[in-house]
Amino acid sequence: MLDNSEEYVTEDGRKIGGVVMEMKNITLRFGGVVAIKDISFDIREGEIRAIIGPNGAGKSSMLNVISGFYVPQEGEVWFHGSKRPPMRPYDVARQGIARTFQNIALFEGMSVLDNVMTGRLNYMKTNILQQAIWRGKAEAEETKNREAVEKMIDFLEIQHIRKTPVSRLPYGLKKRVELARALAAEPKLLLLDEPMAGMNVEEKEDMSRFILDVNDEFGTTIALIEHDMGVVMDLSDRVVVMDYGKKIGDGTPHEVRNNQEVIDAYLGVSHD
Amino acid sequence: MAQTQSGAEGMQSLPALLHRNTVQFGDAPAYREKEFGIWQCWTWTEAAAEVRSLALGFMEIGVEKGDHIAVIGRNRPAHYWSMVAAQMVGAIPVPLYQDAVAEEMAYVLDHCGAKYVVCGDQEQVDKVIEIQENLHQVKHILYTDKRGMRKYDHAQMNALDDIKAEGSAGHARFDAELDRRIAEITYDDTCVMLYTSGTTGKPKGVVLSNRNVIESAKNSAQFDHLTRNEDILSYLPMAWVGDFIFSIGQAYWCGFCVNCPESADTMMTDLREIGPTYFFAPPRVFETQLTNVMIRMEDAGKLKRRMFHHFMAHAKKVGGLLLDAKPVGFGDRLKYALGNLLVYGPLKDTLGYGRFRVGYTAGEAIGPEIFDFYRSLGINLKQLYGQTEATVFITVQPDGEVRADTVGVPAPDVELKIDDTGEIYYRSPGVFVEYYNNPDSTASTKDAEGWVATGDAGFIEESSGHLRIIDRAKDVGKMADGSMFAPKYVENKLKFYPDILEVVLFGNGKDRCVAFINIDLTAVANWAERNNVAYASYQELAGHPLVLETIRDHVEEVNKSVAADEMLSGCQVHRFVVLHKELDADDGEMTRTRKVRRGFVEDKFSDIIAALYDGSERVSTTTEVTYEDGRKGSISATLEIVDASVVPVAQHKVAAE
Repeated sequence: MLDNSEEYVTEDGRKIGGVVMEMKNITLRFGGVVAIKDISFDIREGEIRAIIGPNGAGKSSMLNVISGFYVPQEGEVWFHGSKRPPMRPYDVARQGIARTFQNIALFEGMSVLDNVMTGRLNYMKTNILQQAIWRGKAEAEETKNREAVEKMIDFLEIQHIRKTPVSRLPYGLKKRVELARALAAEPKLLLLDEPMAGMNVEEKEDMSRFILDVNDEFGTTIALIEHDMGVVMDLSDRVVVMDYGKKIGDGTPHEVRNNQEVIDAYLGVSHD
Repeated sequence: MAQTQSGAEGMQSLPALLHRNTVQFGDAPAYREKEFGIWQCWTWTEAAAEVRSLALGFMEIGVEKGDHIAVIGRNRPAHYWSMVAAQMVGAIPVPLYQDAVAEEMAYVLDHCGAKYVVCGDQEQVDKVIEIQENLHQVKHILYTDKRGMRKYDHAQMNALDDIKAEGSAGHARFDAELDRRIAEITYDDTCVMLYTSGTTGKPKGVVLSNRNVIESAKNSAQFDHLTRNEDILSYLPMAWVGDFIFSIGQAYWCGFCVNCPESADTMMTDLREIGPTYFFAPPRVFETQLTNVMIRMEDAGKLKRRMFHHFMAHAKKVGGLLLDAKPVGFGDRLKYALGNLLVYGPLKDTLGYGRFRVGYTAGEAIGPEIFDFYRSLGINLKQLYGQTEATVFITVQPDGEVRADTVGVPAPDVELKIDDTGEIYYRSPGVFVEYYNNPDSTASTKDAEGWVATGDAGFIEESSGHLRIIDRAKDVGKMADGSMFAPKYVENKLKFYPDILEVVLFGNGKDRCVAFINIDLTAVANWAERNNVAYASYQELAGHPLVLETIRDHVEEVNKSVAADEMLSGCQVHRFVVLHKELDADDGEMTRTRKVRRGFVEDKFSDIIAALYDGSERVSTTTEVTYEDGRKGSISATLEIVDASVVPVAQHKVAAE
């Protein structure tokens, strides 16, 4: 599985690029609890990479390691060919990694537009004084960023709620707004924490289409956690399966589906 | 306006009109579309350049004279340009309903034999590809929105922008040929082909010539003194004849600006931003807006609410009279002016009618209360009666002679006659050429002298010369006791209640009438919220005992008013059910223009109708539903049947005036 060649051909014959991120022997502990045990895997450029596993398998912890929110006790994170030192989440954001959250973290009182604009924070260079005067530099900057934001609003078809406060939106739309905010940062790597949790079939279909379109249109590399197996198998190019903090499978959806250990984990064979 | 009136002879096609507009006022805005949060604008000169590049692009991919080009998508400048570009190269544009499911679309594409299809987005492309599996005629698919299209096989497919760029890059090759084709267009060549939705049977392709479109546009523009300074919002389905006439016919004839909304969901915001001067909407739009206003007033503070009701009562008294320039006392005028400052003006602005000069509603009867509400605000809303076969206009209401219960006088150059059975016939320059590939239907609709049967029953009011429509001629029937059965009349009365969305009345040949009712989810959900009524689904809300009680009150009120009409007192509703699902075009229960397919509904829900007549108290039923993507499912429900009290018919002579 872990061949280091520059190109890799997926099940549906699509070519994806070389390795952009590599996790090497990651172990993460919270006190005495071992959340992640010696896990290694890679993410390749332009692919949709899923992390799946039963509840408590350590998926969200894994995502938090990738996003730099947790610093693992052991192991290394390699990003674009160099080892990543422990860093603050905003530094990670500057490196081109954006994410959405399992239980939506939007600014409830702000409009959709303002929320998505916050995704552009890394592209704003003017200082508070310039912004207070606004005319001139800050104005030009806002126009430029607004343009990028409007493209995302158009892409995710949320024009009709542009000016609506987020608190008034239904769940499915909030998820879409969160995705828009993450995309507004023009990330190279997009992390999605359960993008379809709590959605009905129609909303799931919409979200799947958006994820595929993002990947297709902007070439964004996507790593996602998802419970819905049907969705994962349809969307992703490669899948990592976790159970009790350990990696029990890694490969194409087809390989993973036929992996005995994975089947056991999902169908419930008694552990130890 | 002088220039537009002299041109009819020279202007024999839309490309010719486009050329005239560029020469005369090339810098005036021709199209606007809201994209990325901003109104993007094209002048007539820019639009003409876009259309010409597209036409060259069409020639590049091999479009021949007489080919049909289907256009499936929402209202966007690019789609309007595609239609005119098609005409330039001698092809025939065929706009289709974008929300049609694949099998409906397959019939129309097969029938017109379209070799080229312009699709709005991936969704439409997917449908065409699905259809193409059985129908191997489509040579080339074009699409406007590039999203999600990257992975498709582009051997027979291109982005509209790409062929446009290619067309203008290689213009030297086809310029001469294109000019020749434009010059060859005659007044009697086909301008457009539009499929009628048809409440019965398969859709028919109505062929309209340049003469039909341009003469109708000219006459109607003169009738309402439309100028090139109008602004319209184009949001109605492009496949509908009205949109073609307003957004292309009249827009090119007068030279006014066509504004396209950002998406279907933003229409109300866009309406407000544009503030059209000339507006067209089916009654449903006005009903929805009024419902929203009323809901918001319920939530407003006490002072605002009292002010609103106080001034609306005054507007009801004098607003309509002022609009018709009838005499009104000085005190009333003063109070109306104050009301305009405090209530009417801000309200019109919120609705997007701040600049409203003239507007029409058609397609269905509009509730008199709704109609009067808008007119009392000083909004010049009128009614017209039209058909695809007439290139829209049959009768229109002149300014100052507007009433809720008539549809006006014959439009300029239209002759009208009513035959012995009450059916309305007309003859005009707008009368269609033929139904495409369907000489039998053409012959049965249009006679040798050019008279066309409308299929509607009506009469001309002697006092005013206005036409009044009773109902679809074939829907008018007789009850078992011989009295008249005109379902529309009763249905409309019921539909005027904000919480009732749709009604279907049955009773032809029976001894009494029964009805299906659909609740209006917006209005009823708001009511439920205010009254702490909990519900989990549409179905549950529709079956809620309190909802049923409210609806029964409405039905009984309507029964009283129906009983007062001597001719139709037999049509009172004895029993009804509130249906567990909304009637929907995807399930074939309605046409795409949202008219109920009576026969189809009668067959589909025959079990419920039987239960309505056999006296049972409830009925269990399972109904097939079609989802937006064409998949089918079913829902089952047990429906309560509600009895409504009726006014004994014997009394009607006392009640009748």
